[in-house]
Amino acid sequence: MKKLAILLAFIASPLMAQNQDLGSPVAEGGEVETIGADESQAEEGGLSFTVTDESDWADLGVAIPGFATDRDVSTPASRDGTGALGREIARVITANLRNNGLFQPVGPDSLPQPSFAQITDPNWGTWRGRGAEMLVHGYVRARSDGRLMVGCYLYDVALGDELVREGWVVPPADWRRAAHKCSDIVYSRLTGEDPFFDSRIAYIAETGPKDRRVKRLAIMDSDGANHRFLTLGSATALTPRYSPDYKRLLYLSYVDGNPRIYVYDIGTGRQTLVTQSANPTFAPRWSPDGRFILYSMAVAGNTDIYRVPSNGGRSIRLTDTPGIDIGGSYSPDGSRIVFESDRSGSQQCYVMNADGSNQRRLTFFGGRCATPEWSPRGDQIAFTRIAGDFNIAVMTPQGRNLRVLTSGWQDEAPTWAPNGRIIQFFRTQRNSGRSALWQVDLTGRNERRLPTPVDASDPAWGPILP
Amino acid sequence: MRLRLKTGMLLAGTAAMAACAPKAPEVLPPPPEAPASTAPTSAPAPAPTPSGPTVGSQTHFESAVNGQNVIYFDTDRFNIDSADAAALQAQAQYLARYPQISITVEGHADERGTREYNLALGERRANSAKNYLVGLGVDPRRISTVSYGKERPVALGSNEQAWAQNRRAVSVVVN
Repeated sequence: MKKLAILLAFIASPLMAQNQDLGSPVAEGGEVETIGADESQAEEGGLSFTVTDESDWADLGVAIPGFATDRDVSTPASRDGTGALGREIARVITANLRNNGLFQPVGPDSLPQPSFAQITDPNWGTWRGRGAEMLVHGYVRARSDGRLMVGCYLYDVALGDELVREGWVVPPADWRRAAHKCSDIVYSRLTGEDPFFDSRIAYIAETGPKDRRVKRLAIMDSDGANHRFLTLGSATALTPRYSPDYKRLLYLSYVDGNPRIYVYDIGTGRQTLVTQSANPTFAPRWSPDGRFILYSMAVAGNTDIYRVPSNGGRSIRLTDTPGIDIGGSYSPDGSRIVFESDRSGSQQCYVMNADGSNQRRLTFFGGRCATPEWSPRGDQIAFTRIAGDFNIAVMTPQGRNLRVLTSGWQDEAPTWAPNGRIIQFFRTQRNSGRSALWQVDLTGRNERRLPTPVDASDPAWGPILP
Repeated sequence: MRLRLKTGMLLAGTAAMAACAPKAPEVLPPPPEAPASTAPTSAPAPAPTPSGPTVGSQTHFESAVNGQNVIYFDTDRFNIDSADAAALQAQAQYLARYPQISITVEGHADERGTREYNLALGERRANSAKNYLVGLGVDPRRISTVSYGKERPVALGSNEQAWAQNRRAVSVVVN
């Protein structure tokens, strides 16, 4: 009996005939090579815009004219050539910085186009005259090997000083990654925070009426671009989680009629069950180093949290209380797990050591605590607070300093930006049941909807791309 | 509970040990025991009745149990109340009369819960119904369970009445 149980607990057995809901696999992204960004000499330009003055320190006027090109040639990244691509890159950066809520960026469509030579030698007088505080310059060059070189420079206009520069060599298909990397160095240099734009989001795309919702696994870049559906929708898909290296996705699928967690290999399109068991499995999570998977499994109606090596091996049960122990999110150092349990009679958040020892309750706020997610910085735990309505809240890992960040009717399932400064979640509308992805920063003041092609839920933000 | 937790935690090693986990705090019938006998799982197709729905169809089942193939739960609960018990007795009688029939119990939750928790809650409700039927003598191998959490509501509003209709366990004849 016990031997059988151990056999059943082995994971990652290859899986037959269960791929029928999968679309074609997604090509893996190309390599992005970071290089120096040196380039050449000077000229002139003129512009007209006003930076709206906000007393907040962070509402910084940033001018982002089109990236220049040395030679306007066609590229697979843009039909209209490297010059047009340079303007498009500047638009992506402008949108990134604007959506972040901290800056007042002005993009290439209302600015003059600097020449290639001006990229490393800005016309200070012109930019000062327009009131820009910060200036982002960059260039695009088509290389003979077919790849693109993109350089990015951040200047302090008042001081006439270069703050940071970097360059990347990218395959044409990955030109947006260069724009995100440039956004990241600008954001990081100006805020002192870690980068987050060069990352992806997995989520569940929802269509159809409330009682017959089609739920598909989908992925996109952090700004919503490069959107792809991974499943066809014949089986309900839920709760995806990107592996730290972006090579695999954990998600729940009803493809065999029962809710089970699958490990989906993004490059090959193959998927395996997280555990060979007839029992339903829910709530998949990666360890920060990608070596372990947490999942929850119901046995005779009783749900507990298990851990299994991500490359196969024996499952270990971490909780054993009667009731529902579910979810689980590792601290960034992998030593502890915050999870949700109704062992006290209602959903509350608990912490335990990574081996399941020393379980103790964290939340005593009144209301319920669900779907806790440890910040990648380690300083906060985000969760769904249920007290009448459902809202996104944060607390310290000691369960103190509760702060409720949102005020929707039903906001749930927080997921952190890679730098731990922004929380993404999904908001469901009363009655219609329609849902969308939203983001809120840790102040709770900057809240915005992330556009998706259809309704959306269960966002999972991956780390900075490797 | 805390004390037992401490000692039990490290010992808990395998998936199947969950089956030996202590019973849920609510009063429930005992979990199903594996029966020694071999019960028929697939019987020859029954002779169709002269009129009305065919035996073995969902329609036949629902009319035979007077629509009591669905039981309802209070918010965040999974216990079997007296109305549920009467419904499950009707279902058990039907299953006793037609031993060739197997069912799936589908557990559901209302929308006012988080998605993952509701999946686990639906599973708990389905098992609650299953355990009760087993307690009434139905072979556990004739009852499977599946949870749909809050993903498949029948009532579409966002109000107490709709939520009450969605907190349910539905018995469905397996074809």
